Formats: sequence, structure tokens, C-alpha cells
Amino acid sequence: MSTATQIPFVEYLRLEPTPHLVANECTSCGARYFDRRNACAACFATDFTPVDIPTEGVVRSFSIITFAAPGVEVPFVAAVIDCGGTSVRANIINCPPDPEHVSLGMNVRLATTVVGTDSAGVEAVNYGFEPA
Amino acid sequence: MSRSDDIWILGIHMTKFGKHPNLDVVDLGAEAIQGALADAGVTMADIGILAAGNLLGSGSIAQQLQKQVGQTGIPAYNVSNACATGATALRTAIMAVKAGEVDMGLAVGVEKLAGAGLLGAGGKAKADNDEWERNGRFGAVGPVDGRIGTESMPGVFAQIGMEYGHKYGGADFELFAKISEKNHAHSTLNPLAAYNKAMSLDQIMNDVMIAYPNTRPMCSANCDGAAAAVVINGEKLKTLSLEQQRRAVKVSASILTSDPWQEACQVLPDVNTLTRSAAHQAYEQAGVGPQDLNLVELHDCFATAELVHYDNLMLCEEGGAVDFFESGAAHRDGRLPVNVSGGLQSKGHPISATGIANIWEVCQHVRGEAGDRQIEGAKVGLAHVIGLASACGVHILERSAA
Repeated sequence: MSTATQIPFVEYLRLEPTPHLVANECTSCGARYFDRRNACAACFATDFTPVDIPTEGVVRSFSIITFAAPGVEVPFVAAVIDCGGTSVRANIINCPPDPEHVSLGMNVRLATTVVGTDSAGVEAVNYGFEPA
Repeated sequence: MSRSDDIWILGIHMTKFGKHPNLDVVDLGAEAIQGALADAGVTMADIGILAAGNLLGSGSIAQQLQKQVGQTGIPAYNVSNACATGATALRTAIMAVKAGEVDMGLAVGVEKLAGAGLLGAGGKAKADNDEWERNGRFGAVGPVDGRIGTESMPGVFAQIGMEYGHKYGGADFELFAKISEKNHAHSTLNPLAAYNKAMSLDQIMNDVMIAYPNTRPMCSANCDGAAAAVVINGEKLKTLSLEQQRRAVKVSASILTSDPWQEACQVLPDVNTLTRSAAHQAYEQAGVGPQDLNLVELHDCFATAELVHYDNLMLCEEGGAVDFFESGAAHRDGRLPVNVSGGLQSKGHPISATGIANIWEVCQHVRGEAGDRQIEGAKVGLAHVIGLASACGVHILERSAA
């Protein structure tokens, strides 16, 4: 599939060369952020450098959401993944959404999924984490 | 004008929490204010500052209330601080009194929330046939809620409880449900609670799952309600009647914190660090420790949240929240009763009222006026509230020596 027809769902997801997340790391204190920054919330410095986040991690917390706002498909598993010391918010995907299959401390790895296609034929690709 | 560092609650009132289809926010807020003034034995003419909160309202609740209960030209502050709005209003009034600008202040919080449904979640979906367009601080091409974790409150607080389980172990679905069972049992003695029926562990665990491990009765109840308080400095209090002095409740500590930066705090709200910090400051300011408390009203917006705050408020050893609960300490006949009002899960959580209503509950006990649910001999209590993301209010209240 040509990458020209795919875009990442969020700016901090990179699809090339293989899918991975990129954080804005404060060059002064090392704090990491996934959003657009004005300054570092930890040390107030204003210089950041992009860093690749490991694609494998451990489930530090999760909830199985069975009741959500209109338009949000349920059930799904919301989680916080510890990726080598950087916390990442994500869904756990490619896994039955029940407490028998999702557990604290479970090893997971980044995976991608197509969210939808727009009128120009461009696919938006999102990330999640699947059991490793 | 007298100046004193001593701060007292002279009068306080909460309305019945629940459904009030025939009352609007002004009716409810006015009822709370008039109740607090009557309890204090003063009128609007004595009040030097008004701080008011109504999170989902128009932003001018203070002036709307003044127009019903008394327009005296005093400064009116409209405050907004998520679920900590009520505590923030009280804190605002206390700061003005403590600064010596006024002798007496009034704080009120009111919310109409019955039938509001799920809070915190949602987002605007892309219209069909549009081209992808990046929005927001993550540059997302669509709503992230449900696609990159959750923004729903039950799910966020579920993860906060589960994270504690991951760190220390022992916290599972059944444990969280037992916490809810305790609070629903407590609520049977509270006529002002929105719901006051006991629920069995089976009923709680088999009710509708909202966000595992929180079932519906483990979530705070959306409802209508208001609460208000009159605060006064120690010098002025001495000029009032002996009865007013006897019933006044000492505010031994009044603390408001926000969350200091921590790794992951912008990924999952960190309700722990700021609560621990507020508790630490409050104990120091009051000169009391957790072992001196006779009761605690803490922010159990979800059963999963109550557990972590046993630890954050230092009611137990670090990492010992599960053992603390399993020992029976938090039950009303336990060593340190927690949420004898029924907590947010049964008493209800009309957002802006909550941070004053939990102080009202503690005041009732230290005054010896809590009726059937009185904790015998209660002298000192702590009230805690959390708003995302994040604000934490902690107040320590003590019985008058007069």
C-alpha cells in the first residue's frame, strides 16, 4: 500500500519506516510530551527535541469501557502503557475486551489500525497496543 | 475591622441532594445561603464577600444569587475549579477573611445535574465526505476519546484505582465493590442523601458495568443540590453570643493544591501527588495527624478513587490502602470512619456543592448534631475533594472549645 494514501491519526504517530510514536523531549530536563508545547511543565524551558518511543511496553493500568459518549464504539480497553519509562495513553487492541484477557503487567506492543477513509481516499491510521 | 488568623465556620447548610425538578440553580443556591445565614445567626448585611460556584452554569451565579437573597454591593467572586469548585469558593472566602479585608465571608456551591449522564467524554466526529483535518494539541484528525484511551470519568478513575492495584497488589473488582457496599450502607442513615438504600455486594457487582471495574452503583450519582457556609475570623467571633461561639467549628486547616508535574500526569490525571501534598500541608497547619481524626469525608467519585485516597490522605501506611479497608477501619464502627454520609456514590455529587457539603457533614459530627449517624465524641474531621485535572481541597475541622 502506498503511504501517500495513509496519514497518521495523530501527529505524534509516525508510520515510516515502521509505526512508532515520537515524543517532544525537553532538552533541559528530559520530560516527555505528546502534544504541541509552549514550554516544559516540569522546568519551564522552551527547547524540545523529538525522541522515538519504544514500541513495546507493559500495561500499567486499564479500564474496560462499556458505556461511553454517543459515537464512541464500546466495549474497548483504555490503558496506560509503560514504554521503557515513558507513559503512553492507548487502547488495547486485537484482544478480547474482558478481564480474562487483559491484565495489569501484561506485555504489549504497538500495532496500527485504519480508522477511516476520507473523500479523497486517504486512510487515517491510528495506533493501539496488542498482546505481545 | 478585626484581624485574626483564626478562621471559623459560623454557619453551614446543605440542601437535600437528589432530583429537584421544580427548583432551578438560583432556588437551590438561595436555599443553601439562607440556611447557612440562619445557622450562623447573621444576615447578608454582615457578609463582606461572596464566592459562588456553579460549574455548568452561565458564570454569574454569585450575582444571580445576590439578586434573590440580598444585593449589598460586596465583592462577588464566581469561581470554577471542576469538582473542587465548592472547596475553592470556600477557600476564596477564607482567604479574604484571613487577609483581614473582611470579618465574615460567604461561600456557596450549587449544581443541577440530575439526569446529566456521562461526564467528561465525547468529541466532535468528522462529517462524512470531509477531508481529514488536524485539530487540537495532538493534531488529531478525529475525536481521540475511545480511540486513544478514554476521557469518560468512570474510565479515568477506574484506571487510577487499577494503577494502585498494579503498584501494590490486592485491589480487584470485588474489593472496589466492597468499598461501594460500605458507602451505600452508610447512606441509609443520611436523610439528605440522593440514594439511601443499602446494596449487597452481589447487587453491586452484577449491576450495569460502566467502566470495569466500576459498575453503576460504584459511580458518583449525578443529582441536584447546593451547600453554603459562613466563615468568620476569631476576633469577630468573640463579639458574638456564647451559643454562636459554642456552635462555631474551627477551620484548623484550609488547603488548595494543583498537580505538580510528574511523569505520566499528562497521560492519566495524577490525583495522588496533589492530594498527598494537600494532606501533608493540612496536617502541618492544623497541628494534628491522621491518627487524631475521628472521621473523614473523602472524594469517592468512584469506588476506585476512594481506595487511593486512604493512602494519599495518609490514613494508612504507604501501599496499605487495601489492608486498611479490609481491617474494617473505614466503616462507621471502625477505627477511622470514611464517608459516613454515604459518599458521592450514594449521597450524590452535584459538582459545585460537593466541596462544601462534605465540610457540612464533618461539621455536623464535631458539633454533635449528626443525629442517627453521629460518630460519638467526634472532635476532629477532615474533608477532601478532587477536581480534574487537577485541583485538591483539604479542610480540617475541629469542635469549638467554647
